[in-house]
Amino acid sequence: MATTFYTAAVIAIAATALAIFQKNVVHGLLYLIVSLLAVALMFLALGAPFVAALEVIIYAGAIMVLFVFVMMLLNLGPPAVDQERRWLPRRTWIGPLVLTLVLLVELIVVLASPGPMIARSMGDPRQVGIVLFGPYVLGVELASMLLLSGLIGAYHLGRWEPERS
Amino acid sequence: MAAVPMTSGLIVAAVLFSLGLLGVLVRRNIIFILMSIEVMLNAAGLAFVVAGARWGGMDGQIMFLFILAMAAAEVSVGLTLVIQLYHRLGTVDADAASMLRG
Repeated sequence: MATTFYTAAVIAIAATALAIFQKNVVHGLLYLIVSLLAVALMFLALGAPFVAALEVIIYAGAIMVLFVFVMMLLNLGPPAVDQERRWLPRRTWIGPLVLTLVLLVELIVVLASPGPMIARSMGDPRQVGIVLFGPYVLGVELASMLLLSGLIGAYHLGRWEPERS
Repeated sequence: MAAVPMTSGLIVAAVLFSLGLLGVLVRRNIIFILMSIEVMLNAAGLAFVVAGARWGGMDGQIMFLFILAMAAAEVSVGLTLVIQLYHRLGTVDADAASMLRG
């Protein structure tokens, strides 16, 4: 379990460093997704499977999709296709591919190991949910208000007003 | 969890946070700045989960859920601001937006 944690930690740090110092936004996003997946594996090694699943679904899924969607919005027109072709050559995929393959091998090793690590975890989703809607229910309400204000703010700021530009 | 000491977990979180802070300070592309902020929030959540694993409580995971909700709200508003900046100024350079009432 410690080996899993340290391998994922090295991958996370390397992918984050590569993500920050890329010249290209799409390349940086690829490395950032690998970094988030590595952090999810670290959560799994720490014994928090629910948080690991949420990290994959929300961070590497929803938030990164938002980034990619905005990149698509900012590059409209026919030159964007040529730009896309220049942005994603074959060798761009090599770095994230190697790091992701190491993560996949590590995940397979963890799942195939005889010792049940989920059973020794510090909390399954049921326990987390009981605590979340018990003492922390006020925090849930505050988070819902924060998400609503984020929704309204994004709608208000996202309106395109050509007469003022 | 005795297999992973808390110190090493916190060191990993600190390194990730420092990388995010370096990205915010160095990069001028505003999308990279947003990505670096995501890295910093993620590192803070990792520190919470590591500390929660140390004492075997649920509180670290609960705090990570709140950080997750906050990051989702922040990134939606931030990316909307990126779109507005690109429409008004035609660039994603953070230094270009140096005027109020611009």
